[in-house]
Amino acid sequence: MTSGGAQVNIVFAGLGGQGVLKASDIAADAAFRSGFDVKKSEIHGMSQRGGSVSSDVRFGRLVHSPMVPPGEADFLVVIAPDQVEVNRWQLRAGGVLIAPASVDQRALANKKTLNVALLGLLSTFVEIPEERWLEAVRANVPERFLDANLAAFALGRQAAHTEVME
Amino acid sequence: MRADDTILASGDEAVALAARHAGVALGTGYPGTPSTEILEAFSELGGRAQWAPNEKVALEVAIGAAFANARALVTMKHVGLNVAADPLFTAAYTGVSGALVVVSADDPGMASSQNEQDNRHYAVAAGIPMFEPSDSQEAYDFTFQAIEISERWKLPVMLRLTTRVCHSKSVLRPRPAQAPEPPPVSYSKNIRLRVMIPSNARPAHRRLRAKLAEIAQWNEASGPNRELEGERSLGIVSSGIAAVHAREAAPHAAMLKLGMTYPLPLQAVAAFARSVQRCVVIEEGDPWLVEALRAAGIAVEGKPEMYRFGELNVSRVRRILEGDVSPEAAPPPGKPPELCAGCPHRSVFQALKNLDCIVAGDIGCYSLGALAPFEALDTVVCMGAAIGMGLGLRHALPEDQARRVVSVIGDGTFVHSGITGLVEAIYNPPSTGHLLIILDNGTTAMTGMQEHPGTGRTLNHQRTGKLVFEDLARSLGVPSVHVVDPTLNPRAFEELVAECLKRREISVIVARRTCLLATGRIKEMEKADRAVCPVE
Repeated sequence: MTSGGAQVNIVFAGLGGQGVLKASDIAADAAFRSGFDVKKSEIHGMSQRGGSVSSDVRFGRLVHSPMVPPGEADFLVVIAPDQVEVNRWQLRAGGVLIAPASVDQRALANKKTLNVALLGLLSTFVEIPEERWLEAVRANVPERFLDANLAAFALGRQAAHTEVME
Repeated sequence: MRADDTILASGDEAVALAARHAGVALGTGYPGTPSTEILEAFSELGGRAQWAPNEKVALEVAIGAAFANARALVTMKHVGLNVAADPLFTAAYTGVSGALVVVSADDPGMASSQNEQDNRHYAVAAGIPMFEPSDSQEAYDFTFQAIEISERWKLPVMLRLTTRVCHSKSVLRPRPAQAPEPPPVSYSKNIRLRVMIPSNARPAHRRLRAKLAEIAQWNEASGPNRELEGERSLGIVSSGIAAVHAREAAPHAAMLKLGMTYPLPLQAVAAFARSVQRCVVIEEGDPWLVEALRAAGIAVEGKPEMYRFGELNVSRVRRILEGDVSPEAAPPPGKPPELCAGCPHRSVFQALKNLDCIVAGDIGCYSLGALAPFEALDTVVCMGAAIGMGLGLRHALPEDQARRVVSVIGDGTFVHSGITGLVEAIYNPPSTGHLLIILDNGTTAMTGMQEHPGTGRTLNHQRTGKLVFEDLARSLGVPSVHVVDPTLNPRAFEELVAECLKRREISVIVARRTCLLATGRIKEMEKADRAVCPVE
């Protein structure tokens, strides 16, 4: 668990179309609903045509820059297996990597909910109440995909395979 | 909305919300990353928002509305202001009756742009007051303030955003109650103020400079500039997104954070600089602020030249403050973008590659035709350039090469600024003729599926007048006009291109196939149209 007052830095990464930005929107919303100051930054545009996409979420008592400084991420959430190594530099020493291998993807009814499954796992590390996470998921995914996303979130919360940077 | 009356919003959404709360009567613009979401959000909030064919027309429409005493908002990306620069410079002379806020969304680091021009120069060059928000709260507050300043001094005002302001979300407390009442809309004739013939423009230029001198005084006394307490050994002068990076990089330093950067509050900056031992300007992009301050005789440090390039972040600001000019570690390269699997542009680029064409390209998804596996695009400069540049290549090259030159442009880009290029082709045809391929995928795909005049739908997807490319080409006198779906029979498409290249005349091929990402929505809209108005 992260300590109460410290700022939490999360970098989300993956490929265009995988829900990287959606995952960061949900995380930022959950932190916001928990009363934190929050900033979320993303680059979109040309990169969304199948290229690398990343998005930063920072929350705490007071956040200045919306961008996680290089090498200072507490958490790196990567949705594409082949994007793990190219983003590893974003993690600080002792930071936590959350990657597709961290959850049992075979148990996902809808493969497109991997982003939310990884959020479920992330949620076990940060001081945001589960109910705020669920509110944020409900507020950010279309009604017809809600059940699949809530199931993915629950699956992620049960996973425990993460990697801590040396 | 949280219990403390705050919301989490992007800078683009914040501008839209403020415009709505301030009673902006018309929002117009042209889609361009990172500005696009402003008008989309303004429309969703119930505001009247519309896409113009290009930024020049958008600004002219907004000037007209502001001449009618309305509050008008016009949005564009940084390079769009180049297109709109002609009306901008003279609107500073005419002034406005209502309010006119010009949003320039710059893209330092070029996440999705062809250059990283710094549009702060435009404020100075045109004589337009400029605000630079650093987060969503300021984007909201400064939009209000820009409207107030515009109405008070009857001038267009620039709101200069950057990618990390537009596309970052932060906590925002809306204050709709503070919005001034919109003025009544009506026309009052004033030829001397509005008709910029030389005899009227000469006094207008003097009026503009007098207004700017008054605004500079206002900015000194009441502008949105804040001094943040800190130790006096280091003082930082900054604005926009750079200011929040700097606050984090040097939390103990004193800081003068400028919200209105043109005309600058030079007396306030000079007093601040005198109050600290070392005064450093932290700014993204060109050394614009540091040069303005030094020109005014204020002793400030700037940044090493290497930090002119790309975005700033907290660690780069730390390096600037430490005077560190050692090479920066380049992050590992990610996966480059590519044309979607099944993208209709793919068949076109395959044909052009097979025929070894020299391809003058343009701005859009299809710029990706320059990358592997096609590498079938030889030039990309600016919106609409494909046609003029293709013609120039044809004029200059020896015949065997000239006959392989093709201009390729998307549907949205053709409307934006390709039409005049086609007029040029008819007016000054190369001796070898020319071939223009319009990649008509039925949407402005690159910026996120916006409508344009060629789709026949408005910003909020209602049916309206439609520009039909083949009809336009025929009306201009293009002798050879073809409309084909390049994906149905790629071989036949390639043969058609080869045949057009053999002719010594102007040919236009409209390669029409809807964007894969937009097809579902377009079909739904067409179904809804048929339900309302059945075909007889």
